[in-house]
Amino acid sequence: MKQGIDYRKYLRLDKFPHIWCPGCGNGTVLKALIKAINGIGYKKNEVVVVSGIGCSSRATGYLDFNTLHTTHGRALPFATGVKLGNPNLKVIVVSGDGDATAIGGNHFMHSCRRNIDMTLIIINNSIYGMTGGQYSPATNFMEFGTTAPYGNIEQDSDICKIAVACGASYVARATTFHVALMEKFIREGLEHKGFSVIESIAQCPHHYGRKNKLGDGPAMIRHYRETSVMLSKAEKMTPDELDGKTVIGRFLKDDRPEYCDSYRKLMSRAQGLSK
Amino acid sequence: MNDFVLMQGNEAAARGAIAAGVRFFAGYPITPSSEIAEIMALELPKLGGTFIQMEDEIASMGAIIGASLTGVKSLTATSGPGFSLKQENIGYAIITETPCVIVNVQRGGPSTGLPTKTSQSDIMQARWGTHGDHPIIAIYPSTVRDVFHEIIRAVNLSEKFRIPVIFLMDETLGHMRESFSIPSQFVVGSREVTTVAPEKGIYHPYTPHENGTLPFANFGSGHRFHVTGLIHDESGFPVTNAPEVAANVLRRIHDKIYDYTSEIWLNKEFGITDAEYVLVACGSTARSAKDAMIAARKIGIKVGLFQPITIWPFPYQRLRELSCLDQVKVFIVPEMNMGQMVGEVARCTMQRTRLHPLNRYDGELITPEQILNLIKEVHHNETRY
Repeated sequence: MKQGIDYRKYLRLDKFPHIWCPGCGNGTVLKALIKAINGIGYKKNEVVVVSGIGCSSRATGYLDFNTLHTTHGRALPFATGVKLGNPNLKVIVVSGDGDATAIGGNHFMHSCRRNIDMTLIIINNSIYGMTGGQYSPATNFMEFGTTAPYGNIEQDSDICKIAVACGASYVARATTFHVALMEKFIREGLEHKGFSVIESIAQCPHHYGRKNKLGDGPAMIRHYRETSVMLSKAEKMTPDELDGKTVIGRFLKDDRPEYCDSYRKLMSRAQGLSK
Repeated sequence: MNDFVLMQGNEAAARGAIAAGVRFFAGYPITPSSEIAEIMALELPKLGGTFIQMEDEIASMGAIIGASLTGVKSLTATSGPGFSLKQENIGYAIITETPCVIVNVQRGGPSTGLPTKTSQSDIMQARWGTHGDHPIIAIYPSTVRDVFHEIIRAVNLSEKFRIPVIFLMDETLGHMRESFSIPSQFVVGSREVTTVAPEKGIYHPYTPHENGTLPFANFGSGHRFHVTGLIHDESGFPVTNAPEVAANVLRRIHDKIYDYTSEIWLNKEFGITDAEYVLVACGSTARSAKDAMIAARKIGIKVGLFQPITIWPFPYQRLRELSCLDQVKVFIVPEMNMGQMVGEVARCTMQRTRLHPLNRYDGELITPEQILNLIKEVHHNETRY
């Protein structure tokens, strides 16, 4: 008989009940992360989870690892310091769409570019949930938020394309409907040596869902099922056919120089020269 | 036999930090501090330390906090505009009680200001730059020799008190070259690490010992805990609806500094014993003030110099003592700004003595002549009327 994993081992149960709303997708992503860590067999002491500010970023409080809840948008620089301070640690960053691509956009770009060995999970719910439902860079054109009462007039960007363009070496996207895929991508990202980005589309029924009449948690998850297209299929579709669809899959997995490795070589060079 | 060297102020900051055990630097280029980053880039890899140029000042501040949490002594260096950017994360380091040192080589401000010119107009920002009620330690030397010694003390204080320390310099000090002998011995302190073994007990990162110290546990050491900028309890976990916990945390982090000022204050006093006029000056202004004091003495005016090296906590107690001496009549406060230290001098001296500021804010040094002229004028008024 197949044994399930004991999630309690990885959670700070004394900090429950958590603050997330009924129907929130954050828990699904958290579960995928725990399953991935459990599958690899990391020791809890060697894992550091770093987050910024937002509903997604509250995940760190509930996880029984070394956890670091930083300032809004700045998780990646803190994580960079942790990784370089002790390269043996496994560094995972959990961030939201606003945290990672609005205020944190600069750090997102440069962490990709450095290709430093850590895994970034961007939980994208297309809204600023914790502050009450303001629109974010991931909110679609003409959707609504509390600061877009007449409709959002900004386009959203493709976070995965930004990651690829900036130099990340593992980039993938899944939704909270595609739980097995999400766990697989997170695990691949963790095992990948280099900067891994997994965009996890997750529902925020309480704010984004209500403002845009998308229904409750299950309704939004069913919507992901309807509108998602696997990459292999999307590559054969026209832009018109792809309109309104979310492409999921693994966009990139590449081996290229990783920052800590390069720095170790730099140290050898420096020490060779000084002798 | 000590090493006798000719060194630039910025270089002394970098080499002093390395001597104090700093092995992580994250920074961003900005005049007039870039030399510190350049020397760290050259030297740290040779010692197995880490240098990284981050994408901006905010990231630099985040990175040094992250590295410090793994147990590495860390430092960053900047000037005015970068110091402004770092403020949010400085507050984060204060509330999470993470040791680190931030060098601010002051230049003309505000905003882009006078990038290559000197000033000391960030004195108040060093105290109150980040939002909210918070303690801070700020140190500001005036000679290249003191830069070396004092940055070691700054690192030691940040480790001991688990607080970011602001290391102020000014463009003059950062770029001047002076000779001094590198001490063969100096005290290097490190953070106290918890002796609680992970199997034996739960480690609470914010439970102080009776003597106020707060032992650290590095990430990866076996104690797993939560670090957050939210107001938190002793386990490090955020508390929103516990007002007494919030008040206690703020009180504790303030008491941990302000109950121990005797270990943090450092002042230099010249000619104070019989002084009637006391100059209060710091940084490069103290150099001119010392010359002015000597010149004034030569013409029979009894001038002394009080130079705070630790700027924050401000040396209110000692200045109050001086103002109570019968012969002390006037405090003269020359500053390369529009008056930032003078208010602090006033609050502990003005009940008993007169106060004269001297302000210069054009990017140039205050000269000994300027200070001497004011001394003469003040002396004239004191004796004539």
